[in-house]
Amino acid sequence: MSFNIAVCIKPVPDPSHYDKITIHPVNKTITREGIPTIINPVDKNAIEAALQVKEKWGGKVTVITMAPPSAEENLREALAMGADEAVLLTDRAFAGADTWATSYTLAQGLKKIGHFDLIFTGTESADGATSQVPAQLAQWLKIAHLWNVQQFKITNKEELQAQMKIENGYIEYALKLPALLAVSRECNKPRYTTIMGVMKAKKKPLITYTADDLDLNKDFIGLKGSPTQPGDIYTPELGRKGQELTGEVEEIVAQLIQKLRAAGLNLESWNACAVGRE
Amino acid sequence: MNLKDYQGIWVIAEQMAGCLNSVSFELLGKAQELKKQLQTPEPVTAVLVGKDVEELAPELGAYGAEEIIVVDHPGLELYQNQTYAEVLADLIKEKKPSILLMGATGIGQDLAPILGVKVNTGVAAHCVDLRINQDNNLVAVVPAFGGKVLGDILCPKHRPQMATLKPGVLGKPERNNQAHYTITKYDPAESLKKDAGRVKALGIYRQEVKGVPLEEAEIVVAGGWGMGSKENWQLLEELASLLGGAVGCTRPPVDEKWVEGEHQMIGTSGKTVRPKVYIGAAISGATHHVCGMKDSGLVISINKDPKAPIFEVSDIRIVGDAKTILSKLIEEIKKIRGNVN
Ligand SMILES: Cc1cc2nc3c(=O)[nH]c(=O)nc-3n(C[C@H](O)[C@H](O)[C@H](O)COP(=O)(O)OP(=O)(O)OC[C@H]3O[C@@H](n4cnc5c(N)ncnc54)[C@H](O)[C@@H]3O)c2cc1C
Repeated sequence: MSFNIAVCIKPVPDPSHYDKITIHPVNKTITREGIPTIINPVDKNAIEAALQVKEKWGGKVTVITMAPPSAEENLREALAMGADEAVLLTDRAFAGADTWATSYTLAQGLKKIGHFDLIFTGTESADGATSQVPAQLAQWLKIAHLWNVQQFKITNKEELQAQMKIENGYIEYALKLPALLAVSRECNKPRYTTIMGVMKAKKKPLITYTADDLDLNKDFIGLKGSPTQPGDIYTPELGRKGQELTGEVEEIVAQLIQKLRAAGLNLESWNACAVGRE
Repeated sequence: MNLKDYQGIWVIAEQMAGCLNSVSFELLGKAQELKKQLQTPEPVTAVLVGKDVEELAPELGAYGAEEIIVVDHPGLELYQNQTYAEVLADLIKEKKPSILLMGATGIGQDLAPILGVKVNTGVAAHCVDLRINQDNNLVAVVPAFGGKVLGDILCPKHRPQMATLKPGVLGKPERNNQAHYTITKYDPAESLKKDAGRVKALGIYRQEVKGVPLEEAEIVVAGGWGMGSKENWQLLEELASLLGGAVGCTRPPVDEKWVEGEHQMIGTSGKTVRPKVYIGAAISGATHHVCGMKDSGLVISINKDPKAPIFEVSDIRIVGDAKTILSKLIEEIKKIRGNVN
């Protein structure tokens, strides 16, 4: 028994640098200069999940992304982790796609490559973080899916069981294959790439498809095909004029206690949550 | 698609095991505000899906639903994405609402995008605000890059205009016990037949939350990576319990298992809190975290690094060792208590 597995990944600006992101005052675009592009962190959990399934059951892992040509580098990294093949969907016509148009394009890309038993994605991307692409992709492909999967177990070629995280808990499901799982960070620990992996990756196939290579409804792609349209962008005004408490620890804490009292805390009372409820 | 055929503001209420998720009330409050901003007011409707859920309808009425569509069926007891989507998609196609709001919860974030494809419309994800513009269209304010950037998202040519809203951002509206509302029952039997049964719920597992839930606490004591160890973490627990507050955290303490679970995390991937007092210790202030606490009342931060970004969003800054400051603070509060009792 073996599985044909696809993993959808997204190159994103490294989230540990988001403090540096600004909006250009004149042309109102996002400035992300000097921020490296990496594989969306939780998408590595998706790659790991796919590799583990392949190692246990046999099969083949194809990574796919819809992204600018520079994404080749990120696909090579996925190949270095152990994926067998990579596919890049790239075309100016895809630019500006919302989740609806992105998931449609990915679906058509996957159909072009072949039939998949299992598709893995991360739960959300670090930049847009809509978390909508996995569910929508499964919808276009008319297959079962589960989002925010913290754990899964393949029962046999036809079925798997998985846990979807919800607030303070999870719901357990049985899914019929083919199925798409959007995995969360808890699902596994992604492996690192090795020198050997990097060497091997150079020889693995990386195929590029443009819009013309796919069977696409041109009204469904890119910004033009997107039901949602972006308006203004701005940075939230967060700054507060802070006051620093200084002195020895005793003095600082004495001032702090005054501040807490001024804010309405009743420090004398045990059933303290006594911040003046109006 | 003739946009004029679509009328009304819908809120998909979320319930689990007979308990309404409070984000449903926040959504109804916002729906009422949107109604006032529309060129001609349109009714606010709540949709309640589940098994034996009708008794929850009055609660939705009290928070602003003028009509409640109850979809009650044994087949809808536990959330199954395909099943719920078949039912709601048919309901939307039949009744044609103009605006459709859902909570950006574990379930809402899964269900909303499915409906987007099924009824062929756009969905703005995890919004922090909504308004109606001069063209009478919905504008959704959506955070990106961990909350560093906000963007307006519109859905001008498709209906319904869908949005999921982050729980905790808007606050609950006033409850009105005298509210008038009507209840309409909708039979989902035909829709249920379309469900291919590819996704079957087996069971639900929920952790009991001890003490005050984080999102409802008026005092939040939060800690970050700089707390250093599970032992030091106890200081936060002790302070929170002395103040009757809840303990929150950044991501590293979740990974380190200093806290019980991810339900204590504040930020873009965690909860949004707006307590009256937020005390943050050994937290650097990454946008991912700040996004979830920036609307708090009084913000007090303790960090040994005077340049920590958290200080830029704080009312009171304490540069120093978190363990030392917290220990002393606990000691002093205990003294005050000692004098009283
Ligand atoms: C997609 C994505 C989503 C994320 N979502 C979230 C989220 O929802 N919520 C969240 O919180 N994070 C989130 N993160 C992580 C986030 O980017 C930061 O990494 C995290 O918030 C940092 O946590 P921290 O401030 O505790 O740790 P650090 O950034 O390591 O900061 C520790 C701080 O402690 C201070 N310190 C150290 N020792 C002491 C001491 N003895 N006394 C006083 N101060 C001390 C240091 O000066 C430092 O400022 C997300 C990341 C990604 C990629």
